Amino acid sequence: MCHFNHALEILNLCREHNLSLPEVVLRSEACETGRSREEIWSLLENNFKVMEESIMKGLAPDIKSVGGLIGGNAYKLKTYAQNDTLSGSRVLKAASYALAVSEVNAAMGKIVAAPTAGSSGIVPGVIISIKEEKGLEVADAINGLLVAAAVGKIIAVNATLSGAEGGCQAEVGAAAAMAAAAAVFMSGGSDEMCFEAASMALKGLLGLVCDPVAGLVEVPCSKRNALAAAMALTAADMALAGIKSFIPFDEVVEAMYRVGRQMSPDLRETARGGCAATPTALAFARRLLEQDNNL
Amino acid sequence: MIVTSVSIFDIIGPVMVGPSSSHTAGAAKIGSVARRVCKGKIVEVDFYLHGSFAQTYKGHGTAKALLGGILGMSPCDERIRDSYKIAAEQGIRFSFHQVDLGDVHPNTVKIVMRDDRGEKHELIGSSVGGGKILITNIDGMEMEFTAEYPTIINKHLDKPGTVAKVSSILARYDINIAFLKVFRQSRGSLASMVIETDNKVTPEILEEIQAIPTIKQIMFIDANGI
Repeated sequence: MCHFNHALEILNLCREHNLSLPEVVLRSEACETGRSREEIWSLLENNFKVMEESIMKGLAPDIKSVGGLIGGNAYKLKTYAQNDTLSGSRVLKAASYALAVSEVNAAMGKIVAAPTAGSSGIVPGVIISIKEEKGLEVADAINGLLVAAAVGKIIAVNATLSGAEGGCQAEVGAAAAMAAAAAVFMSGGSDEMCFEAASMALKGLLGLVCDPVAGLVEVPCSKRNALAAAMALTAADMALAGIKSFIPFDEVVEAMYRVGRQMSPDLRETARGGCAATPTALAFARRLLEQDNNL
Repeated sequence: MIVTSVSIFDIIGPVMVGPSSSHTAGAAKIGSVARRVCKGKIVEVDFYLHGSFAQTYKGHGTAKALLGGILGMSPCDERIRDSYKIAAEQGIRFSFHQVDLGDVHPNTVKIVMRDDRGEKHELIGSSVGGGKILITNIDGMEMEFTAEYPTIINKHLDKPGTVAKVSSILARYDINIAFLKVFRQSRGSLASMVIETDNKVTPEILEEIQAIPTIKQIMFIDANGI
C-alpha cells in the first residue's frame, strides 16, 4: 500500500492516507523488506550515531587524508564560523560538518554513505547542524533521514547515484536534494515544499562532473560537500519562502539521468577530465604514481 | 540497469570505510562474494580491473578493498586500510592488472583465484553505485545476482523438470524464492540457475538439491557479512 517510485506517488500516498512523509517511507520500507518498524528505526538510530561520530572525528585539527590532499579544513571553518561571517553561522556549521565527514571518508575512516561515500558529508552536515541549531530531538533528525531517504530512493530508481554513470550531479547533486528536503521537513515545511527544495537543489547542481584529482575522493569532492550543504540550506529556505520549482521533481530526476548519459566518460569518475586534467592535478598524479611505484 | 528494489539503507547507508561507496564498499563486497566461490583457502588471486576501476583503483582504495573482501572483511571493517599487509602475512599472492573487458559496466573487475586444493575459479562483478553490486559471471557461466539475498547457484543439464524439482524442494522447506533466473549457453547443454531467497538455506537443503540427477554443481553464496 505504501510503495512509491516517484515524488508524485509518495505525495499522493501522504494525502490519501493522511500520513506524514517519514511515516509513508517507514511503512514502505517495512512492507518491502519485511523488517519491523522498530528494527528500521533502530537501524536508522545506529546510522545516525555513526554520522555524529564521523563529524566529531573530522573536526579534529590533525586529520589527514590517504592521498594527503585534504584534512583540517573542517576544523578551520568551524573555528572561523564563530566570527562575524558572510554566510552566517548556521550555513557554516552545516558546511564545516560536511567537510568533517568527507575528511574522515578520505582518511579511510568509518562513515555512512548518504547516498554515496563521496557525497557522505552533505546529509549529516545539514541534518545534524539543524538539529543542534533548532534544539531538536534525535527523533526529528531520524524523520529528516527518512525524508532524505525517500528523495534518494526516487533518484536511485529512476536515474542513478553513481558518479561513474551520471557524474557528480548523481552523487553530490542527489545528496543536496536529499538534504534540502530533510531541512524543509525539519523546519515544519509542507510535504510539497520538501520536493520543491529537492528540485531546486538538484537543478542547481545539474551537469556537475565527477573529476577527482588523481582519482582520489579528496579534491574537489570534499569542498563540494561543503558547498552543496550550503546550497541545500538555501534551496530549503527558498522552498519555505514559497518559491516553487517550475520543473517538477520527477522530471528533474529524468533530466539529471539524461545529462549523465550525455556526459563524456572523461567526466565520469575516470579522472581524465575537469579538475583532474589540470596541470596541477596531473603533476600531483605523477608524483603519486612515482610514490606508488617506489613502495 | 534494472533496479529491482531499493531499501532506504541503500540510500542512508551502508556504514562503510571510505573513500568511495562504488570503489571501496562495492569492491569489498565483490571480493567477499569471490571468496565464497572458493571452497578451499585462497592462495593466489589476480584482479583484472576495467573502466573506472582500472583508472582510479589506487586512489579509491579499490585494490585494498577487493583484497579485503577476499580476506573476509566486510565493507565497514577498518582493517581494509592494511589489507596488503594482512594478505602478505597470510602468504596470499595477489596482483592487479588494468584491462578492457569490453561492453560492461564502468566499474567492473574479473577476479581469478586459486585455492590450496589447486582449484581455479573466476568471477566477474560490477559495482553499480552506492555500494550495490552485480555479479555477472562465475567460472564462465553468465548470470546476474546482487548478493543481497542468500543465493543458490546451480549448474545443470538443460532438461525439462529441473527447475520444478529445485523449487519443490525449496517449497518443502518453506523457503521463499525472491528471484529466480535461468541462463543457458545453448539448448540441451549446460545451463545455470540463480535462486535468490528470502530465507536462510541450510546445508541439508543444498545436499538435497545436489542429489537431483540433472544438477551438476551447486554453489551457495550466503549474503551474511557482504
